[in-house]
Amino acid sequence: MSNPLYQKHIVSITDLTRDELELIVSTAATLKQVPNPDLLAGKVIASCFFEASTRTRLSFETAVQRLGGTIIGFADGGNTSLAKKGETLADSIQVISSYTDAVVMRHPQEGAARLASEFSSSPIINGGDGSNQHPTQTLLDLFSIYESQGTLDGLKVAFCGDLKYGRTVHSLAQALCHFGAEFTFLAPDELYMPDYLLQDFADAGISFKRAEDFHEVAHEADIIYMTRVQKERFDETEYKHLASRYILTAEHLKEAKPNMRVLHPLPRIDEITVDVDRTPHAYYFEQAENGVYAREALLALLLNENI
Amino acid sequence: MVEKKKLQVEAIGTGTVIDHIPAGQGVKILSQLQLLGTDLRITVGFNLPSKELGLKDIIKVENRLFNETEASELGLFAPQATINVIENYAVRAKFKMSVPEKLEGVFECPNSNCITHNEPVQSSFAIKERNNDIQLKCRYCEKSFSKDIVAGL
Ligand SMILES: [Zn+2]
Repeated sequence: MSNPLYQKHIVSITDLTRDELELIVSTAATLKQVPNPDLLAGKVIASCFFEASTRTRLSFETAVQRLGGTIIGFADGGNTSLAKKGETLADSIQVISSYTDAVVMRHPQEGAARLASEFSSSPIINGGDGSNQHPTQTLLDLFSIYESQGTLDGLKVAFCGDLKYGRTVHSLAQALCHFGAEFTFLAPDELYMPDYLLQDFADAGISFKRAEDFHEVAHEADIIYMTRVQKERFDETEYKHLASRYILTAEHLKEAKPNMRVLHPLPRIDEITVDVDRTPHAYYFEQAENGVYAREALLALLLNENI
Repeated sequence: MVEKKKLQVEAIGTGTVIDHIPAGQGVKILSQLQLLGTDLRITVGFNLPSKELGLKDIIKVENRLFNETEASELGLFAPQATINVIENYAVRAKFKMSVPEKLEGVFECPNSNCITHNEPVQSSFAIKERNNDIQLKCRYCEKSFSKDIVAGL
């Protein structure tokens, strides 16, 4: 029997079932322990970045190469003849997918990956579509949580910073709804979790609460998921006042449980002070490394019927 | 009953009558009907007395026989209304409007950065009723909007 992800498009985290998420996480763990340079042998993967994103692209391209596959593609779609000649995305994808075994794509417009999946003859992997989805970020977040906690079930997860615009926060919280998590939110009113998501969490039977400061969060959380409060969203004085309340320091972590880990999708600016890096709770660099294994796992499962 | 209706809005020989529209919703249905074609001959009655509703709106579209899909698209704005399809002064079909599960190719996505605006696809929304509001979620950009925003009202 073939694995359930074989030849599937990966567009939105909400398309994936609990079983599929667990399969990707356990495959990532295996590939991290036991590298397998043959899983993509003879396969050609398209890496189509219609919008530049150096981190995501390097992580995908490393994953492909570590599994023995080869890559064609472009790093900045704005400079390609596709963009200059004004071809539709639908046409570009029909052609590119006919050359390759899978297409990794990033695009500045929301819905681009879903549209591409309707015109593609090989699996589409969404590497980010505008402000909408970035499912492989969530997969590497889940893998990092699993790796550091030994389970995905019943964890206390605190989300801090920008919970309104942060798509990584939204997708991870949606994925954790499969695993009976308990959420704590630490954010200013202006950047609080949107109502439609709170409604989704309630519908999924997830309990959530709001915290006032890091001390309240730190002593009970298993995971603190940090994001950046963006300067552009506030005027100068308002920002200074706000930002100071959402900076995590080593001092905050004195009462943390030994298993507690701090995650951050990176890049970090100043919302986690460098003294946190030296505590056993810092996990964001491992998390970035795990991006390669999570993407390896996904590619391996999409392109191998049995693994 | 029939006599009374004739008095309120003149009867039509062939066409579609949308009746029992809650007063105030008629204007929304009207603006949606105009998307079907600007040459439609439409007669409207707003704030007419109604036994069940107190006041109601009624819309008659001449020489156009609605099917169930078209009816359910209009149902977004008045799920309680009824549609009578008339041929030679006789009711040929009668259906209750209902909120459809999805809506394709009727409205543009309100998200200006949605990929559907520059690609060869129809818009597509999944429809969800929540807290007495009807929300439309774009199949592509996955953003949700209340029905009035999608309809541009
Ligand atoms: Zn859209």
